[in-house]
Amino acid sequence: MSVDAEWPLWEVFVRGKRGLNHVHVGSLHAADAEMAVHHARDVYTRRNEGVSIWVVRASDVTASSPDEKDPLFAPAGDKVYRHPTFYDVPADVPHM
Amino acid sequence: MSDSTAGNAYDGLAEHHAVVGDDAHWAFGSEVEDPLAGVDTTVPDDVDPRVLATYCLMLGDDALVAAHRLSEWCSRAPDLEDDIALANTALDLLGQARLLLARAAAADPSVVPALPAGSPVPPEDALAFFRDAGLFRNVRLVELANGDFAHTVVRLLLHASVRLALLDRLRGSRDPVLAAIAGKGVKEVSYHRDYAGRWFLTLARGTDESRRRLLDALTALWPLRQELLEAHPVEVAAAEAGVGVDPRLVAAEIDVVLDQVLAVSGVDRPEVAPMVAAGGRAGRDGLHTEALSRMLAEMQVVARAHPEGRW
Repeated sequence: MSVDAEWPLWEVFVRGKRGLNHVHVGSLHAADAEMAVHHARDVYTRRNEGVSIWVVRASDVTASSPDEKDPLFAPAGDKVYRHPTFYDVPADVPHM
Repeated sequence: MSDSTAGNAYDGLAEHHAVVGDDAHWAFGSEVEDPLAGVDTTVPDDVDPRVLATYCLMLGDDALVAAHRLSEWCSRAPDLEDDIALANTALDLLGQARLLLARAAAADPSVVPALPAGSPVPPEDALAFFRDAGLFRNVRLVELANGDFAHTVVRLLLHASVRLALLDRLRGSRDPVLAAIAGKGVKEVSYHRDYAGRWFLTLARGTDESRRRLLDALTALWPLRQELLEAHPVEVAAAEAGVGVDPRLVAAEIDVVLDQVLAVSGVDRPEVAPMVAAGGRAGRDGLHTEALSRMLAEMQVVARAHPEGRW
């Protein structure tokens, strides 16, 4: 029986006690998804950070290319009118 | 949106932030919990303090010695993730040991080794670092040298399965401190048992080599399991006083758990005789293998060289 010596890479997302969404915190190696969740618990939630963990195979992440940086992102740089800065925010809406 | 969230749609979010402050959207956790917060620390009137102290030493020494052995894996585990997992487990057990040894010292100060006047060493440290092997009350299972990773997995499974059953019942101890320590420990040891069980299965169903190592470890360590399940007179007395748990009462439920792990792993229950007590004495009486003296020599050497040191 041959065994791949290197476990696949997983990206880890943790939702903190104070966080409203999962945030990428790092990556790790694990043989399967279940092991990845447990490893993530051991490696990334040691300081009382997390209440929920997501793991994704790194090879399943499709990323934008640095080569496309300008056509993708530069056009948004000067569109100040897209920021909702001209509204009065009601006092009872937090996190704005 | 359901009626339960009637009112401002954002109430649920604000509520949590009101408690912890809204200093950070994402932050590393910092709220450290004190497991003994608000707990009455007086020893119940009708409990023999010596029984309570010795019982706490037994539970505490199991945790302390197991923690030290696990910590020896630091930087040596098969991979980084398990290195950290084993260190986490060691720290959980060390935390339990600290509380239990402190409880032993509070119940019966005469168990604490004498140190030079003015020494800043707290009682639980004095118990950990200034006691000789013959005064340790841990079972021999936890003191043996680590061996390979399979040995560590098997030992952790055997120890954690018993410890979890004991702590689960100890949550109802008449000693409020022991009950609080058990309440914290149950969550920790549940994870230890789960971790060991998953690795037991993985090694058993892995390669020929991993299975061979697992079976070797199981055969070697199984004889030491019995000592965890026998009732020492102090454990019986503690159970009768309502502060401790008689291990014989939890043996059946532990068997159910272990049999499940063995079954899914395709491993037979080993047919090896228990390691006998020498002259009727075993780890709980302070009779240990040579491995404990060697381990303590390393663990205690710095503290003993500086009995008035501050750390």
